[in-house]
Amino acid sequence: MTTVTTTQPTATSAPWLQNNNLLGFFFMLPAAVFLVCFLTYPLGLGVWLGFTDTRIGRDGIFIGLENYIFLARDKVFWLAVFNTLFYTLIASILKFALGLWLALLLNENLPFKSFFRAIVLLPWVVPTVLSALAFWWIFDSQFSILSWSLMRLGLIDGPINFLGDPTNARISVIAANVWRGIPFVAISLLAGLQTIPASLQEAASLDGATHWQRFRYVTLPMLTPIIAVVMTFSVLFTFTDFQLIYVLTKGGPVNATHLMATLSFQRGIPGGQLGEGAAIAVAMIPFLLAAIMFSFFGLQRRKWQQGGQD
Amino acid sequence: MTSTTKIQPDVLTDNAEGMSYLNRLPRRVMVLYLPMAVFVFVLLFPFYWMAITAIKPNAQLTDYNNYSPFWVVAPTLDHIKYLLFETSYPGWLWNTMLVAVCSTFLSLAASVFGAYAIERVRFTGSRPVGLMIFLAYLVPPSILFIPLAFIVFKLGMYDSKLALIFTYPTFLIPFCTWLLMGYFRSIPFELEESALVDGATRWQILIRIILPLAVPGLISAGIFAFTLSWNEFIYALTFIQSSENKTVPVGVLTELVRGDVFEWGSLMAGALFGSLPVVILYSFFVDYYVSSMTGAVKE
Repeated sequence: MTTVTTTQPTATSAPWLQNNNLLGFFFMLPAAVFLVCFLTYPLGLGVWLGFTDTRIGRDGIFIGLENYIFLARDKVFWLAVFNTLFYTLIASILKFALGLWLALLLNENLPFKSFFRAIVLLPWVVPTVLSALAFWWIFDSQFSILSWSLMRLGLIDGPINFLGDPTNARISVIAANVWRGIPFVAISLLAGLQTIPASLQEAASLDGATHWQRFRYVTLPMLTPIIAVVMTFSVLFTFTDFQLIYVLTKGGPVNATHLMATLSFQRGIPGGQLGEGAAIAVAMIPFLLAAIMFSFFGLQRRKWQQGGQD
Repeated sequence: MTSTTKIQPDVLTDNAEGMSYLNRLPRRVMVLYLPMAVFVFVLLFPFYWMAITAIKPNAQLTDYNNYSPFWVVAPTLDHIKYLLFETSYPGWLWNTMLVAVCSTFLSLAASVFGAYAIERVRFTGSRPVGLMIFLAYLVPPSILFIPLAFIVFKLGMYDSKLALIFTYPTFLIPFCTWLLMGYFRSIPFELEESALVDGATRWQILIRIILPLAVPGLISAGIFAFTLSWNEFIYALTFIQSSENKTVPVGVLTELVRGDVFEWGSLMAGALFGSLPVVILYSFFVDYYVSSMTGAVKE
């Protein structure tokens, strides 16, 4: 009986439907066409453009490493590399520390817990450019609400020049980035916290573990795999950040907040030097690869810890 | 010591679960409620500031001596009226909506087939393809926009909404495929086997069995993809020139900011209205949204 029903479709349907490889090929086709045309090909093209002197409206010719030699002697480029690393390092540490703290708070028995969880994620949902505009207004040199509040409290005498001074500008953009990034870290880590069995915590506290000991020896080890993945994503997003800087400072004052992405845009699109812009973008790839390798080993370790087979 | 004795009755009546009886109330206030209040205040203040600025008359915006900046006397709708009737803002909203909906649907359609093929058809090399999808997800727009601008120009799509509809799937497809792979994996294989035994083709299995079961996953992926394309900035900034084709983030930044005189009221109204659609969508589907965000991380 079963043999009759299973052989029936073989006779009626097209033979390619029975071949897994052919079927897989056809099912993959739409996604593959998109990704090859608009992701893989541009990635290769970007590397190629980095070796040419292409400008907007004029095809370039191959000039070897000239762009990279020029960049290696360019102080602004090295400043942008330093800024990017500094920005990524400080913002990621702050996002991790504050995000973990917020996740631990949200994991407690709070009234209106799900409401708080929903509200906390808002900064991450709202378009970055639009919330950055709000920060631009908050960091206004004359009418900043922060300056006004601090002056009212008697802590400072005059308004702070948030975005006009190199050090202040760096702190301000990092603060805005941390504000936007905390929810992602917190909510992801909260999901990780919720998978830790309560019985482990109870057992530890019955054994006389203090709050700190329970956090250090139970929560943190259980959370490490997720922390590795979340922070890799966070580092990748921060390292390639563009929107926030573009809105708040456009790289100024005196290039103090130029990141590699904003420098690449400035040289490539308004400056018209597509080749040089592409070279700056390509210079980001080694850093990204390092972060991705880190993520890969983080994932591996997690599977091994859980005793998974693949 | 006195505080603990005072709080005792409260602790006794506290019927919270677990070990919360160990926490005394003052300690709970200091360790839990106070930091939580600070977090919520800091995370929400920019939105409040946005909203209050959008309805403040111009005179109050810069006069902190006579008016408290935290409140508004005699709110006005002038900024919003200006935004809606004297700028191209409604057009930008429409463009953003159109681009986000089209690219989300394109990406979802491509991702459903891709994810099903990788997860269930198991063609030769499906594992490496799955890994490549994950790696594609990690390629940031900031290193792709220059070559993409080159391609868009060569294809004659420069300064058209089509350019955005075709380039947004580059970050949406990897994400949606990755997420849907996780969902398809959770659907029992036995359902497919029994359908195969009953004589269903792969196509029928996908349409009649897998898709209806994966509806929550589709909603999660769809909402997240919609938000991502609504928030996209660098491609829209690079590929679009004319005012009538701009999206909200680009339009607000490039056209409402003029010279040195900032019209903060209309600027903040623009930011507020540009955020509302995603916030409303998010508020209806919080759980789907959270599950797709954490799902992408956990897989």
